[in-house]
Amino acid sequence: MERVESRSAAETEAVGARVAARLGPGDVVVVSGEVGAGKTTLIRGACRALGVEGPIASPTFTIGRRYRGARLPVSHLDLYRLEDLEGEDPALLDDYLTPDAVAFVEWPAAAGPRLARRALEVRLRHTGGDSRAIELSDYPNG
Amino acid sequence: MALILAIETSCDDTCAAVLDGPRILANTISAQADAHARFGGIVPEVASRHHLELTVPVVEAALAEAGASLDDVEAVAVTVAPGLIGALLVGVSTAKAIAAPRRLPLIPVDHLQGHVAANFLEPEPLQPPFLCLVASGGHTLLAAVRDRAGHEVLGQTLDDAAGEAFDKVARLLGLGYPGGPALERLAAEGDPGGFELPIAMSRDPGLDFSFSGLKTALVYLCRELGPDGVEERRADLAASFQAAAVGQLTAKLERALRGGEWGAVALGGGVAANGSLREAVAALCERRGLRLKLVPGELCTDNAAMIGSAARFAPRLPYPDYLAYDAFAGGGQPAA
Repeated sequence: MERVESRSAAETEAVGARVAARLGPGDVVVVSGEVGAGKTTLIRGACRALGVEGPIASPTFTIGRRYRGARLPVSHLDLYRLEDLEGEDPALLDDYLTPDAVAFVEWPAAAGPRLARRALEVRLRHTGGDSRAIELSDYPNG
Repeated sequence: MALILAIETSCDDTCAAVLDGPRILANTISAQADAHARFGGIVPEVASRHHLELTVPVVEAALAEAGASLDDVEAVAVTVAPGLIGALLVGVSTAKAIAAPRRLPLIPVDHLQGHVAANFLEPEPLQPPFLCLVASGGHTLLAAVRDRAGHEVLGQTLDDAAGEAFDKVARLLGLGYPGGPALERLAAEGDPGGFELPIAMSRDPGLDFSFSGLKTALVYLCRELGPDGVEERRADLAASFQAAAVGQLTAKLERALRGGEWGAVALGGGVAANGSLREAVAALCERRGLRLKLVPGELCTDNAAMIGSAARFAPRLPYPDYLAYDAFAGGGQPAA
């Protein structure tokens, strides 16, 4: 596990860019942390590094967004509004978790074991002011 | 009759509408209170499965309310973007299945153009040019509307949507989720100057919005106050947050108004139901001598009548050109 400190939104984006460099097709990155911890900010940095242009806004309401990256498609999911996926169409997230794409998933708890091929887990924590502690853990089977 | 049947499934609600020109004959939303009983008490959560179960009954209910049958329909309109792909596909597939056997044209519509086109509906349709501010749970958009076929995006949110910020702050204050309206009620009892919160982007010369910093500022305030302090100052927190959010929306709107010759302002999206925003924008319009167009609440939140309205001014795909059309190929996805 790797632990980094971020002192600003720009630094959090830079951590996202470093994460992006490790990713390949089919990889899923789960990103957790409480409201305002910087999940979308970190993913914005990763998306930029992957060549996504235009606004990268929170997908809380629509659950998913799909972007065109320079070398591969990028999916940005947010399961905040889903208490759990029980009773939900099992294929709900399939359009986003495709083998050709990198996917970032905020509030991943609701997905349970459905998120196959997790490559990396990112945890963000408030540490006062604009500072955040960011933990990056590889999945052994990633 | 030459009617447009419109279907909207881009987010939580399953919606269908029947339009005769700019006149709404039916505007049915699955989440409506009276619809709950009719559709077996299902409250659609997020998702394609609920849309799948509700689309046909909602279309049937809309036609029945309009006193029309599919024989009266001359074109089928449907939201194709943006939204959850699976949810959009339910609407697109339904629209195709209705249109194709009757050889009717299909009219793909962008959801955000729908919010703009809500202003073209009777009564008192608004004529372009005007500026349109759409603020909802999923979108925050400042649009220049110069004709009825489209809009130019002048500004949009760079992070959270305005309504999303309201809902998340409502949850922070223990009001449940989504809690925009509950937050507004609580704010009415509080002091909007109780806490000093930043009006984001106020020094930014552009017209984009940002609500993430404001949300995070609330998180920190709540931490500093602790559970008892939050409980004691909940109304002031709600009022201060609302004042900062409304302040940002109106500041950007005012900046956009200074940048051009506009005769009218239109508000749309679920946040347009917020009384404090309405008052602030009304005051701004009065100061500048502009007409303010406020569509009824049921046309602010997601609905299919606005999709039918946009369809009146959008290109039609003739049969069978649309059979291979899918929601995602329709564009509107960011950076696509």
